[in-house]
Amino acid sequence: MDFLIGLFEFALSRQGRVFGAVAEHTWYVASVLVSAAFIAVVTGVLTRKNQLAKELSLSVASVFLTIPSLALFVIFIPLVGLGFVPSFIALLLYSLLPILRNTITGLDGIDTGVLESAKGMGLSPIQVLTRVQLPLAWPVILAGVRVSSMLIVGLAALATLVAGGGLGDFIKDGLARLPLPNSLESIWLGTLLCLILAVIIDLILQALRVATISKGIR
Amino acid sequence: MSDVLIRLENIVKSYGPDLDPAVDNLDLEVQRGEVLVLVGPSGCGKSTTLRLINRLIEPTSGRIVIDGEDVTDVNPSELRRKIGYVIQQVGLFPHRTIAENIATVPNLLGWKKKDIATRVDELLELVSMDPDTYRDRYPKELSGGQAQRVGVARALAADPDVLLMDEPFGAIDPITRDRLQNEFLRLQSEVKKTIVFVTHDIDEAIKMGNRIAILREGSEIAQLDTPEAILAHPADEFVESFLGSGAILKGLTLKKVSDTELHQVPILTAPVMREEALKELQESPDQVGLLLDSNGRPLRWIDERALNRTSQPIEKSGRPVTVDLQPEDTLQDALTVMLQSSAGMACVTDRRGKYLGCTTIESLAKLIMSDGQG
Repeated sequence: MDFLIGLFEFALSRQGRVFGAVAEHTWYVASVLVSAAFIAVVTGVLTRKNQLAKELSLSVASVFLTIPSLALFVIFIPLVGLGFVPSFIALLLYSLLPILRNTITGLDGIDTGVLESAKGMGLSPIQVLTRVQLPLAWPVILAGVRVSSMLIVGLAALATLVAGGGLGDFIKDGLARLPLPNSLESIWLGTLLCLILAVIIDLILQALRVATISKGIR
Repeated sequence: MSDVLIRLENIVKSYGPDLDPAVDNLDLEVQRGEVLVLVGPSGCGKSTTLRLINRLIEPTSGRIVIDGEDVTDVNPSELRRKIGYVIQQVGLFPHRTIAENIATVPNLLGWKKKDIATRVDELLELVSMDPDTYRDRYPKELSGGQAQRVGVARALAADPDVLLMDEPFGAIDPITRDRLQNEFLRLQSEVKKTIVFVTHDIDEAIKMGNRIAILREGSEIAQLDTPEAILAHPADEFVESFLGSGAILKGLTLKKVSDTELHQVPILTAPVMREEALKELQESPDQVGLLLDSNGRPLRWIDERALNRTSQPIEKSGRPVTVDLQPEDTLQDALTVMLQSSAGMACVTDRRGKYLGCTTIESLAKLIMSDGQG
């Protein structure tokens, strides 16, 4: 109980830093998710008719995920320097696979009869894509986005390694000062805020799901 | 009347130089306003042939002419908007409401919102679905039969001249299928579209088609004629074996009760005295008579034995007439009713239920015999 009170006081005394870190962390999640979703959906759409291209893009995205996270944040420093950009790139590479995989699964899973009738009624290939395929694959794509969002909330804490800010700053500070006073509080604060952020983002995506998915396929 | 709407000329569809072509040099003409059924064993290329017409499959060589216009090289999407297309899997868009599904082609053609809404309601009425109930539902809330009704409505939405149907009732249970077939025939008598209909079911072909093309491998036409002519004179062994046994029974679906001579049995009109009835029956060569009510509607089959057996009032003796036929029913229906009826015949009534006469097994046999000779 004392520890919780201590944690609370620790946070209150650093309100400015807390808000700054939360904002940075949220910005990572939002910008990476939007960019990753865009890249993954475009890739999934472009490769949808070519089995080889599909497999190849999935392999590449899988490889990204196997690079040790500790290294992935650092290896771009020679190219882009410190701060936001190397962190953004690393998180982007990590978040591609779940969305890409689900985009491909979603597009593949559409009933052939639906596609046949769409074509047979005279929808052009672009209209089939935008009016039938993407809306029907959307629930699956969005599920991928949710997986990626959870991944990013956790991994964005590593941005602090390359001076990228975010909630990781509290964790790193705490680790560096262990076992001095307030070091554990700092680690806990960073971790708890990550969890709360994850829950909020999940709620937002859930709301997006309800708002954007037709009642006919919910 | 012989106005050709669709003409396929020397159509070849080949999937590779080493493979036998799926469609080998096919010539086919579809008359305006007719239902042409393509029927054949699976793998004979009937679906391929159908999909060549709206160019879902592009021919390797040959020409497709619709309404005098060579459509072999026009934009396929624009061509398809002018041709209704119904498939076995129906393929309704699950994320769109029934109304939005039906409005697909009118939307593509840029109709006004108000016109589309009116048309959707009109089409739902046409396929016997209540617009207020179904307009805003989603496809997952429909049964198989209802889904295919919507499928047909969607194909008819922009009032195309041509309708292509690829085994539309193939995935539907037999009872619902029968009902949909009848509804379809009624619909066709109203809308008078030019329809190319693919099925593997020869009974369906006989029922639905104005003309039938029986296809064998490579989409080669084994015989193209009216159902009556094909049943009476199969062109070769292949057609004969495809028709299967019981061609005569199949032919019964083509004939109507009104084609036969109606037989008149002794008529008793209620109320009637027992002695009078007995006298009437004894004087007639028939074993059985028919009791009518005062409006001329058949009530019961009455025979001598039934009259003698009980002392019950005449209105309660004999057996009730459970089903009656109308002149436009098929002879197959008549045969079924006759076989079920205790009297070995079926009584025929007009639309208001008034007695006209009876069909008997003999009159049926006579008709089949005269057909065989002709």
